[in-house]
Amino acid sequence: MTVATQPEIKPAGRKIAKPAEVKIALIGNPNSGKTSLFNQLTGLNQKVGNFPGVTVDKKSGFIQLTPSIRAEIIDLPGSYSLYPKSLDERVITDLLHDPASKQSPDLIVVTADASNLKRNLLLFTQLADLQLPAVLALNMVDVAEQEGVKIDVDALQRELGVPVIPMNARKGAGVAALKIVMTQQLTAPQKAFYTVPSDLQPLLQSIKSRFGLSNDYLALQYAHLHKSLKFLKEEDVAWMGEQLESAGFKSNTRQAEETIARYTRINELLLDVVRVEKADKDEKFSNRLDQILTHKVYGYLIFFGLLFLIFQAIFAWASYPMDLIDLGIANLNALIQSNFEGPLINLLTEGVIAGLGGVLIFIPQIAILFAFIAILEETGYMARVTFMMDKVMRKFGLNGKSVVPLISGVACAVPAVMSARTIENWKDRMITIFVTPLMSCSARIPVYTVLIALVVPEVYYFGFLNLQGLVLMALYLIGFVAAVLSAWLLKVILKARERSYFIMEFPTYKMPRWKNVGLTIVEKVKAFVFEAGKIIVAISIILWVLASYGPGDGFERAEQQALVEAQNEGLTQEETEVRIASHQLEVSYAGKFGQAIEPVIKPLGYDWKIGIALLTSFAAREVFVGTMSTIYSIGEEENVTTIKEKLATVKDDNGEPFFSPARSFSLMIFYLFAMQCVSTLAIVRRETKSWAWPAAQLVYMSGLAYVMAFITYQLLR
Amino acid sequence: MFINSLNKERIEVEHKAEKQAVRRSVRDMEIGERGVISSLNDPEMGLKLLEMGCIPGAEIKMNSRAPLGDPITIIVNDYTLSLRLDEAETILLKP
Repeated sequence: MTVATQPEIKPAGRKIAKPAEVKIALIGNPNSGKTSLFNQLTGLNQKVGNFPGVTVDKKSGFIQLTPSIRAEIIDLPGSYSLYPKSLDERVITDLLHDPASKQSPDLIVVTADASNLKRNLLLFTQLADLQLPAVLALNMVDVAEQEGVKIDVDALQRELGVPVIPMNARKGAGVAALKIVMTQQLTAPQKAFYTVPSDLQPLLQSIKSRFGLSNDYLALQYAHLHKSLKFLKEEDVAWMGEQLESAGFKSNTRQAEETIARYTRINELLLDVVRVEKADKDEKFSNRLDQILTHKVYGYLIFFGLLFLIFQAIFAWASYPMDLIDLGIANLNALIQSNFEGPLINLLTEGVIAGLGGVLIFIPQIAILFAFIAILEETGYMARVTFMMDKVMRKFGLNGKSVVPLISGVACAVPAVMSARTIENWKDRMITIFVTPLMSCSARIPVYTVLIALVVPEVYYFGFLNLQGLVLMALYLIGFVAAVLSAWLLKVILKARERSYFIMEFPTYKMPRWKNVGLTIVEKVKAFVFEAGKIIVAISIILWVLASYGPGDGFERAEQQALVEAQNEGLTQEETEVRIASHQLEVSYAGKFGQAIEPVIKPLGYDWKIGIALLTSFAAREVFVGTMSTIYSIGEEENVTTIKEKLATVKDDNGEPFFSPARSFSLMIFYLFAMQCVSTLAIVRRETKSWAWPAAQLVYMSGLAYVMAFITYQLLR
Repeated sequence: MFINSLNKERIEVEHKAEKQAVRRSVRDMEIGERGVISSLNDPEMGLKLLEMGCIPGAEIKMNSRAPLGDPITIIVNDYTLSLRLDEAETILLKP
């Protein structure tokens, strides 16, 4: 591929004190290959941070352009114009328009999809009118050529007045040329694409003098966007309001006129640049594929088949590496414990390392789910999922894309909540994140299986319908219904911060770029381990301390008592240790907590022993089974059948079995609804960038759990 | 008298039909049908549609419907755009 000469570049020899570190912003339409270019430029040298004051992730990376020039590349959210339609897009105008910002870029690289040049140039002409030094990265030139669209790059360069680099960001072609252009001292483009109407000049003059601006179009942008620009002071916004009022400035009409004028201009300039050989693109490969993939019957069959595959993968395949992590942590702890002793060693092994294990255990599921999601996004299939599911999901305040988090939530809410990131609309995304943990995740299965085995007889209907299986399925269904109804409720309560549109480009099918898939997996795993991980480890340690220590000399006395009992009953060494653990848990802080909340959970049918399990379950729900084993002196090594048999012998005050159907179902319902997962709360905080959402989830779900378990117990007792 | 009222009725019916033809929107298009955008009748959503290339005078083609009838895809400016029916309704066509 040849790079056209760059007529508008001033010779690099012109020595202006060039900063050793330059800021380069990537900006472009969604699907214009911006992310691919970012990945090509920065590779693994990426970090995710925050834009000041907003919940949008700021992806940036560093590259060494020349031995003396280091560049920070900032990946800005995809946008169709400089008039933001979503909160994410506001980041762009906040960054570009703030004269005092330290973030403002020295150069912008505008990515444009060559097969869709007209629409991609709209944003470019707006940026050019701001007179920011810019380069146009003309992406997917090969795709355009296959479709019969030939672009004369030299002519385009002449028309636009900035360097145009034809490239294929997927294959990496043109990246080297782009890097060379980036090192050159580019001047601001001199061509204007839109002339601000002369009747606005008085208004623009006063805006320019108040804010010290020199560019007409920037002043016009201030006028349109004054309410959304974060850096404007309150009095400036008020002043602007008055000015616009007295000038009779109609934002909507002016914007519409501007957009139409720009398109007219773009159409003119493209006349000499683009030659379309095949007029009708009806027979396009994507369209033919869509006839199957969005078909009334096959479309849904294929989609649910895919969902099943993803579900299988995070449910079954992930269990192998997860078991390995489990085993590794257990072996490491055993190794340390056999060589060292003391309370600090216990803190290290059972507190810190076990907590770390609780973080690492999620990595296989996150990696597998995001491998699938990245492929679905990359190929363009995700847009079809939204397209097919939108009508149904919209009724409940969800989005077509909510299907993936909801289904993934059946395996584990943590990767599922992270996958809601693909939903652009703020309200839809929040609702999806909020209701996803109501789906019964795999950590609830041990609780369900033990309790079902305890109270549901193993009978078969019609020879194959297992009653226990039916009850399990009913629990999953209740979770799903609760999620959907809660979504509907939230849709009514939650005020939208932005209008929800479905208007979006329907991308053509493409082969996935494996580099992008790989980088997505790395990014998600890092985000989880480093941001949610620390909260999870901290809370695991707190829970471990609560269960391992008690007030006063309670622990020694508990041990003495257990030893006396062991002597009287003639227990073996192993049984004695189990008995000690049981008595010690009883007098620990966790035990005290269980006893303290007993009056509150009594109406649900629970005693203080279950209270302890409710607390320890916060580390992860499956801990319920372990805690029950400890407190009823069952021992750790036993399987579900023995646990079930032991639990069945537990009697209440009246000599009846303690785990009656009423109590067991009440417990199952409690575990179904309750938010008892630190990892989920931590990841929700990370994804929503606020403690308000996880707190609301904790209160709502636990409140719902309490009410539903109460109803269940009172009805069945 | 009778003929007169019948006539009047017919005129009214014709008038109605004409009115409906004028107000035809992308929502009413058949798959494969082509049309030309005359105007956008929701000012705020109109801005979004304009940015996406739905400019008055632009040619538009109904491409497909989702399996449940909503949303739809249209071809405008040589690319495929998906939108909901109530959004398509705001794009009015030239008669």
